[in-house]
Amino acid sequence: MFRTSALTKIYETGSVRVVALDAVDLTLNGGDLTVLLGPSGSGKSTLLNILGGLDHATSGQVWFRDLELTGLGDRALTRYRRDNVGFVFQFYNLVPSLTARENVRLITDIAPDPMSAEEALSLVGLSARLDHFPAQLSGGEQQRVAIARAVAKRPAVLLCDEPTGALDSKTGVQVLEVLDQVNREMGTTTVVITHNAMIQRMAHRVMHFADGRLVGDARITDRLAPSEVAW
Amino acid sequence: MRMRALERKLLRDLGRLWAQALAIAAVLGCGVAVLIMALGVSDALDRSRAAYYERNAFADIFASVRRAPLTILPEIRALSGVRAAEARVSEFVVLDMPGRQRPATAQVVTLPEGRDTTLNRPTLTFGRLPNPDHPEEVVVGSSFGEAHGLRSGDTFAANIGGSRRELTVVGAALSPEFIYTIGPGSMMPDAASHGVIWMGQRAAEAAFNMTGAFDDLVLGLDMRTDERAVIEALDLILEPYGNYGVHGRAQQISHSFLDAEIEQLRVMAYVLPPVFLLITVFLVNMVIGRIVALERLEIGLLKATGYSDGAILAHYLLLAGLVAAVGIVLGSLGGTYLSRWMAGQFARFYEFPELIHSVSWTTHALAAIAGFAAATVGAVRAALSAARLPPAVAMAPAPPPHFNRGVIDRALDAVRMATPDLMIARSITRWPLRAATSLLGYALATSVLVASNFFPDSLDRIIDLAFDQSNRQDAILTFPSDVPDIAVEEIRKLPGVIQAEGNLSMAATLRHGHLEKDATLQGLSADADLARVVGENGVIAIPDRGLVLSDRLAETLEARTGDLIELDLPGHLADPVFVTVAAQVPQVLGLGAYMSPSAINAMLDRAPAVSAVNVTLAADEAAAFHAAVKTMPGLGGAILLADNRRSFEKTVAENIGAMTTIYILLGSAIAVGVAYNAARIQLSERARELASLRILGFGRGDVSWVLIGEAMILVVCAQPLGWWIGYQIAALMTRAFSSDLYVLPLVVQPATFAMASLVVILAAFGSVMLVRRRVDRLDLVAVMKSRE
Ligand SMILES: Nc1ncnc2c1ncn2[C@@H]1O[C@H](COP(=O)(O)OP(=O)(O)OP(=O)(O)O)[C@@H](O)[C@H]1O
Ligand SMILES: [Mg+2]
Repeated sequence: MFRTSALTKIYETGSVRVVALDAVDLTLNGGDLTVLLGPSGSGKSTLLNILGGLDHATSGQVWFRDLELTGLGDRALTRYRRDNVGFVFQFYNLVPSLTARENVRLITDIAPDPMSAEEALSLVGLSARLDHFPAQLSGGEQQRVAIARAVAKRPAVLLCDEPTGALDSKTGVQVLEVLDQVNREMGTTTVVITHNAMIQRMAHRVMHFADGRLVGDARITDRLAPSEVAW
Repeated sequence: MRMRALERKLLRDLGRLWAQALAIAAVLGCGVAVLIMALGVSDALDRSRAAYYERNAFADIFASVRRAPLTILPEIRALSGVRAAEARVSEFVVLDMPGRQRPATAQVVTLPEGRDTTLNRPTLTFGRLPNPDHPEEVVVGSSFGEAHGLRSGDTFAANIGGSRRELTVVGAALSPEFIYTIGPGSMMPDAASHGVIWMGQRAAEAAFNMTGAFDDLVLGLDMRTDERAVIEALDLILEPYGNYGVHGRAQQISHSFLDAEIEQLRVMAYVLPPVFLLITVFLVNMVIGRIVALERLEIGLLKATGYSDGAILAHYLLLAGLVAAVGIVLGSLGGTYLSRWMAGQFARFYEFPELIHSVSWTTHALAAIAGFAAATVGAVRAALSAARLPPAVAMAPAPPPHFNRGVIDRALDAVRMATPDLMIARSITRWPLRAATSLLGYALATSVLVASNFFPDSLDRIIDLAFDQSNRQDAILTFPSDVPDIAVEEIRKLPGVIQAEGNLSMAATLRHGHLEKDATLQGLSADADLARVVGENGVIAIPDRGLVLSDRLAETLEARTGDLIELDLPGHLADPVFVTVAAQVPQVLGLGAYMSPSAINAMLDRAPAVSAVNVTLAADEAAAFHAAVKTMPGLGGAILLADNRRSFEKTVAENIGAMTTIYILLGSAIAVGVAYNAARIQLSERARELASLRILGFGRGDVSWVLIGEAMILVVCAQPLGWWIGYQIAALMTRAFSSDLYVLPLVVQPATFAMASLVVILAAFGSVMLVRRRVDRLDLVAVMKSRE
């Protein structure tokens, strides 16, 4: 689904030069739920943002299927995001002036083959909260709306940056269950960044990052159900 | 000296906010500039005039009489409160200026011999006063002399009492009596066609057959003398000699024009600057409010570390104060420049030996105080809320804005809008006060443009009514006093004359109850074709009996059709007569009172007479006509309406061109100030939301629309309100600007509304497009990393 070749990202702020990604080569397979682990500052978010078309690489290449993302302009990247990618962030980033249903509609309005907003919200177990504004929802509920919004367009990939980072464990588990369910039922290629090493037990594959480099890559054979993951 | 951290923050804030600060400063600056210009110039005119009057002993009372003997002067000088009295001969004459085909006219005024003039003393700009032994010597009014390039020793001819006299220029002068010189029947001063001539007393007495007599009298009063008592006493003394009327400064032509001008400037100072100050209050309130919201954490930190409430309050007030200071400096510079420009404009019509140009420091101080007050009022609410914020609360993030589904939302559901449109609608309905404030700002911007640009429309109507419809003659030939109507026949025989119609007019005093007004009574026959009275529904035929009053005159007298008016015709009738008001007519120029000529002549118990003749001319024979007029005996003046109209239109066009530019700048400043600040605040509040939309795959255009759309919807919705407010301000200004000299009709053409809206909408659009560039540059990754 994704392939990178010598993918490098360098931040230069004044005289300081930070190599966030250092010639990373990797391949992500369709349908996998991959977990990215690594210490803070190891380049996980940077990789995810480049895969999602939010950021440009300094050098190297990234392909999504046959599409070379590193060669795309701003307009084409917007199109790529719109058609293929769903994002979930640590801070849910819902539009406060729109209800849960309307936040999902933001996507279903512009996606080529979306599910209905109601369907997406029932998928994350929020059928009873359709007309609530974000301020009227709990953190976990807000994150589930964000996931519903991300999956409503039936994206090919779902990119999640610390989706449970702001949640307690019980709510976190609910969110993980939703991600697992989407991955299972819709076959969505899913990448999850986390600091919680326990979460890797529910993944198909775990990648370790350190200092901008891929330092470990393992397939998980004895996957756990999300409810068995604890932290 | 090391700057304290809080002061450093202040400057950094200002540096970061410079664009918004500048947009606010520009609005405030406009208000300050207009205030300084209007107050400064009116004050400068007032002071220049007062100094001039003082130095040249401008008279307090003015009287005109048919012919009174000089022997009554001691009696007049003995009146209580009279400091000085000058008896003069004053007459209107037709001039033949070398190199000018058309005739010119002048008012001849005499100077005493063997002593200085005690009142209305002329100030020589070159040359000397006439020598009493040389009756041909004259001093000309400065502007008239300049217009004809006259120098000492030059000669020109005057038609005096029917005989042609050669006059020699020995000097030129200015006089407080003629700061504003306007020919009889003119709408604008035209230096080349009408001027003033000073002549020696003896020479004039001989020329006008006035030996031992006078027809014009000016009095100077002691301080704190009751003007009315002197006027009444003088009225009685002059009665036997054909008293044409005694009046104070208020009715002196030059003085009253200047008064009207000063008053107009004051009105401008009271109407326009408050609009700008009000908008400044809104904008400062909006921006400081937002900054305080953004800086909650910092405020909490500062307070936790021991800064006092007062320090926090001062900090935000100071920020607003700095913005105001920029605006005040800009406005003062602009206002000083505008004042200078305006004074230059006035110098073209008003002749002062010295026109004070400088704006007094009190005016600058007043403008500065007004500016700081507006900024403080705008900032105080937000600054107080910052100062009162308990540190613990401040450190916690602000609660997210609360949204509820209301009636409007159910209505919106029914329409099923696209989501970005829904976001715009929600933003407006969630913060109705803020939306309303922006809307009002845009409306005021439009109103400033409507209210200022209605002038050309109004003047077009004046020109149309005054020239095209009412006064269709090409020229008016006037006589020094009424002549038998056979004169019309004689003038019809002059070369080039196509039509000739008699014209009768005289000074009159009208009384109704306790109300009294001086006006000109005109005799217009029902079949007159050239000079007519035109009302809303066309030409109004003056009835055989009764009096027709202009609306303004009727209003002043509180008279209505059917009421009896007591009519005094000084110099014509010893006792007042009573006439019924037969009709009222709207009128733009002067205070008109009309009767049929036959009714007037019957009232005066005399054979048909005229005081002037209206003529139309054949264009190809104008030269012959002009030559004949220059030598025709017994003529007092020749008014060429084409000249009149040309100079009026030229002056109006020049002034309006410049003023329109200024007002477009003012209106745009408001629109830019409101739109730019509103959009920047929206952007700062919604950056995260907008970035989310971009991540979700919305293009730049869609995302910008959320921001631009709200501004555009508000600005468009504001237009009808802006038109309405503008119309009301225009109505207020026409009322304030109208005087006995003219009534500004309230006419606003659709094009004026359209143009006001166009300017405001474009200015708003331009400003939000500037903000749009920032939307395009949103750093998606950075925005998502942070919590609110
Ligand atoms: N905008 C930026 N400018 C400069 N340096 C940056 C920027 N964004 C990230 N970096 C640097 O790049 C490196 C990688 O950052 P990245 O956000 O990818 O780390 P991460 O693995 O996601 O860490 P965390 O687990 O803390 O989120 C870090 O050293 C960071 O300091
Ligand atoms: Mg990260």
